[in-house]
Amino acid sequence: MNRLFSKDTWGEILEALSSNWFRTLLTAFGVLWGIFILVILLAAGKGLENGVKQGFDGMATNSMFMWSQTASKPYKGLPKGRRYNFKIGDVDAIKQSVPNLRFVSPRNQLGGFRGANNVVRGLKTGAYNVYGDYPEIIQQQPMDITSGRFINYSDINSNRKVAIIGESVKTGLYETGEEVIGSYIKINGVNFMVIGTYKKKSQRGGDPEEAQKEIFVPFTAFSQAFNRGEEVGWMAVTAEDGSSITNLKSQVFDIIKARHSIHPEDDRAVGNFDLYEEYSKINGLFTALNFVAYFVGILVLLSGIIGISNIMLIVVKERTKEIGIRRALGATPWEIRSQILLESIFLTIISGMAGIVFASGILAVVNLAMENVDTSEMMFANPSVNIGVVVIALIILVVSGLLAGLIPAQTAIRVKPVDALRTE
Amino acid sequence: MGSNSLHVLKGIDFTVAEGEMVSIMGSSGSGKSTLLNILGMLDEADSGSYTLDNTIIKNLNEKVAARYRNKFLGFIFQSFNLINYKTAVDNVAMPLYYQGVKRNIRMEKAMHYLEKVGLADWAEHHPNELSGGQKQRVAIARALASDPKVLLADEPTGALDSKTSYEVMELIQGINDEGKTILIVTHEDDIAHMTKRIVNLKDGIIIDDSVVTQVRAKSALHV
Repeated sequence: MNRLFSKDTWGEILEALSSNWFRTLLTAFGVLWGIFILVILLAAGKGLENGVKQGFDGMATNSMFMWSQTASKPYKGLPKGRRYNFKIGDVDAIKQSVPNLRFVSPRNQLGGFRGANNVVRGLKTGAYNVYGDYPEIIQQQPMDITSGRFINYSDINSNRKVAIIGESVKTGLYETGEEVIGSYIKINGVNFMVIGTYKKKSQRGGDPEEAQKEIFVPFTAFSQAFNRGEEVGWMAVTAEDGSSITNLKSQVFDIIKARHSIHPEDDRAVGNFDLYEEYSKINGLFTALNFVAYFVGILVLLSGIIGISNIMLIVVKERTKEIGIRRALGATPWEIRSQILLESIFLTIISGMAGIVFASGILAVVNLAMENVDTSEMMFANPSVNIGVVVIALIILVVSGLLAGLIPAQTAIRVKPVDALRTE
Repeated sequence: MGSNSLHVLKGIDFTVAEGEMVSIMGSSGSGKSTLLNILGMLDEADSGSYTLDNTIIKNLNEKVAARYRNKFLGFIFQSFNLINYKTAVDNVAMPLYYQGVKRNIRMEKAMHYLEKVGLADWAEHHPNELSGGQKQRVAIARALASDPKVLLADEPTGALDSKTSYEVMELIQGINDEGKTILIVTHEDDIAHMTKRIVNLKDGIIIDDSVVTQVRAKSALHV
């Protein structure tokens, strides 16, 4: 193997390749183009993925939301069509009997889509969604606290009537520059002190404007102030990172059904939205997209490699005489073969690297151009390929260089030296 | 290359002693080039034996043949067969490269042989910048570079005018004077008479094998 590291070997290879610059460049271009396409496609796929997943940014994707519907089967003497509500006790029951759950947050809600005006401050009024929440909700539905603080357990335990309002609520109810923290707003006739403001990141499928029109108050204060008693409107349930909520949710439903005298096979009694399932679908989409990128990229690369193989065959044909001379001077078939192979691999790797560099350059330019643009509302962000992909591409290049050289190298030594010398 | 074989040589039996300078003559198709190719291990005889320097050359695989060619033989061709993209000195150094000689030693030796053929000043020139005679001298230097036992020359003057031919022959004679065994295939009478022994081939057999008085190329040049 010391041939591989000998200066002479590389001298020979460089000399042979540089004896016809134009042809070498044209040959190299095929592979350069192939790897360029591969990298760009993968990066574009990644950019799209980053852009779409940005919508899930920070959100606990391993979550589901569940709410009570009407029982669709009679059970234990109770009729079908019966309405029921989750109770606050359900939360502890779920927490205790279902393992691997990270958060179980009960929620109550006032207002809603096109709700009537329910919030008053001085002369200004507005219709907003008001939620009674536990502090964990900020980890399930992330938001940036722009001033003040979010709800904490001290608020929950002492039923404090405090509120965190959205940026749009602030612009709706306050004059610009007016101090918000410490002021009071009246929700359905009950005064709450504003202790913080938030700005939500855009949500997938959600209206970014609507998302800022929410008010969060402690769950306990909400129940008390708006007469909910033990009732729970809906719950946000998040599983631990190791396990998926999609697998755990039936256990959660079983507990709810048992506690509310619902037929165990009544699947319509508990409504739910499984974020993890949605997320998995999107993940599946990008897996498919990645596959397409690899497929197309590798095919283009393959055509480049066939190009190299083709040119090497011509080169070998042209150099039949030279090969004959070399063999007359004492080159062994292996020396001839390894020279052709090394030439092919060398050409492939160099042009492949150039392709990678070229593609990275383009990506750098794109990133530079996107740097000053707010990408949060775009479906495209930070196109990139990871180093692993580049390493894989390089391995593909070495192997393909080897394959590309194999046939020509074999051709080169099949000709008998005496015939090779006779060629004019 | 076809499937029907043609027997070119039909029983050749001759010995060349060390230090001899033999020319092989014959009309075209007499088998002289084939004989030289077999001697040069570029081709193999269907039957018979070939002993070179007490080594029986038989059933060689390509690798061993390559090693033998490198060690025992130096080739001089009618069409020079230099590698066009290499300089004169690199061409001369080629056999040494395949011997695995280190680059600086290789270059030193190659320069030594180029000096010997009087082309030291042309070392960095490519073959296409050299005249025919110069090219053949580079080829001779290359053949000598690996210090072989035997020089095999296939029509070494075939592509040269007579003045240049004589100059080349003078060089070859000088090499022979130093004790190297040389076989020359030629169909030119005057070239043949510059060797010490002429073997005449016809239709694949030796019809005449005689020692001649060598005509020195130097004297022929000044006639």
